[in-house]
Amino acid sequence: MARSIVSEIKRDHIHKLIADGKRVDGRAWDQVREISIQTNVVETAEGSSRVKIGNTEVIVGVKMSVGEPFADTPNKGVLSTNAELIPMASPSFESGPPDPESIELSRVVDRGIRESQMIDLEKLCIEPGKKVWINFVDIYVLDFDGNLFDACSLGAVAAIKSAIVPAKANGLGEDYPMPTTCTPVSVTSLQIENSLLVDPTLDEEKVATARLTVTTDDNGDLRAMQKGLSGALTLEQVKTAIETSRRLGIEIRKLIG
Amino acid sequence: MGGNSDMKLIDENGIRIDGRKIDELRPMKIEAGVLKSADGSAYVEIGKNKVLAAVYGPRECHPRHMQNPAKAIVQCKYNMISFSVSDRKRPGPDRRSVEISKLISEAMEYVVFTENYPRTSIDVYIEVLQANAGTRCAGLVAASVALADAGIPMKDLVPAVAVGKVNDQVVLDLNKEEDNYGQADLPIAMIPRTGEVLLMQMDGHLTQAEFDKALEMGVKACHEIYDLQKDALRRRYAIVNAEAEEETKEPAEDVNEEA
Repeated sequence: MARSIVSEIKRDHIHKLIADGKRVDGRAWDQVREISIQTNVVETAEGSSRVKIGNTEVIVGVKMSVGEPFADTPNKGVLSTNAELIPMASPSFESGPPDPESIELSRVVDRGIRESQMIDLEKLCIEPGKKVWINFVDIYVLDFDGNLFDACSLGAVAAIKSAIVPAKANGLGEDYPMPTTCTPVSVTSLQIENSLLVDPTLDEEKVATARLTVTTDDNGDLRAMQKGLSGALTLEQVKTAIETSRRLGIEIRKLIG
Repeated sequence: MGGNSDMKLIDENGIRIDGRKIDELRPMKIEAGVLKSADGSAYVEIGKNKVLAAVYGPRECHPRHMQNPAKAIVQCKYNMISFSVSDRKRPGPDRRSVEISKLISEAMEYVVFTENYPRTSIDVYIEVLQANAGTRCAGLVAASVALADAGIPMKDLVPAVAVGKVNDQVVLDLNKEEDNYGQADLPIAMIPRTGEVLLMQMDGHLTQAEFDKALEMGVKACHEIYDLQKDALRRRYAIVNAEAEEETKEPAEDVNEEA
């Protein structure tokens, strides 16, 4: 996310380090910052999480209500994912209608959850064609220091896994846990000069040329990908990014539990 | 206000549904400096309320025409996140949050030495993460701690609390049930040192005697909250101090390494 200008000194510094295989914060190229995941942080939500990756922090809530299914999927619940880049999180975020970056972010997170079929939407059908569960996954970025794609995905997945379907409050029997089938994990690789690195900080994103987000499932299969920024990736880099996502995904999935 | 309700919210011994006495605050937690990107920030829990505040500035004023050549303007934005309430709230500002934002901005503008920063804007973002009645007061409490954490010169911190009437009794710091089924709600923000009132709203029904009692309760509670705010800042300064000492050591080590 090239959100604002970066000084030449900083740019040169990052470039020089990368040429020696180093990073500003001393991490290895394929090393993720410290991750912390808290769930059930908001009682008014059906499921919620607060996730930190380094200094990047997001809060995610799942709200569920009973509504009508889409005409083309009469026996499936509805999923809607939305990410808000609120001005609290960064001096460069402004209030107002969503900009292209937050729309891309929402859609990439949504795709990882939807395409992995993490939520068993058929089990969220109450009465085919008439009544299904509507799931709103709302993501708010609280503190922005790079890698929103992975932070938001992780937050969304953790919040969904912690959700309890509010059946009782809707007169539909006892509450039960959200029906899930797997745990999709996204890992984003960033290209700077000709090097790849994972879990970029904000400074690294500012000097990046290309980005590839890869979402894998429990079997290590690919479920969603998104290339971003105006640079070009080599086929070799694409393969490396996928292999890295799969490898790091196994560790991150353990943290979600 | 649900008006006169049959719902029993206070028992014979004067104990409320959450176990508090009528003049007792909910458990409160205040933490300063919780966000990295912001110039100042604070996190406040009051009972089941969870509120974050972040301060940016003084910085260039947007929109431009709001600029004041003589002083800074303070722009507070109060917002409830979509899952902070039981029925999902549509994201974005509504009329209620616009009003609350205006009142909090005005209260904060009074305490900040705005004449130090002409033509700039001091932006305060208040996000309600979980709501349980009294969020505007929680927001104010958080906002003033966040402003202080940002190092912005201020006259004083601003504690705030709501007093109300429930089952014909004046009670302090209404929770959600009391707010929904109570008979009056009176949010107050003030500078305890001087007794200056910076925010006051009321809805419902209070006699003069009830109002006097409510105000007395509110003022006393504001003093308590004020102490918690100061304590949060002291804890934050202790951490900042420790970090600064760390940093002054580091250059010396770097020199040794290179030598």
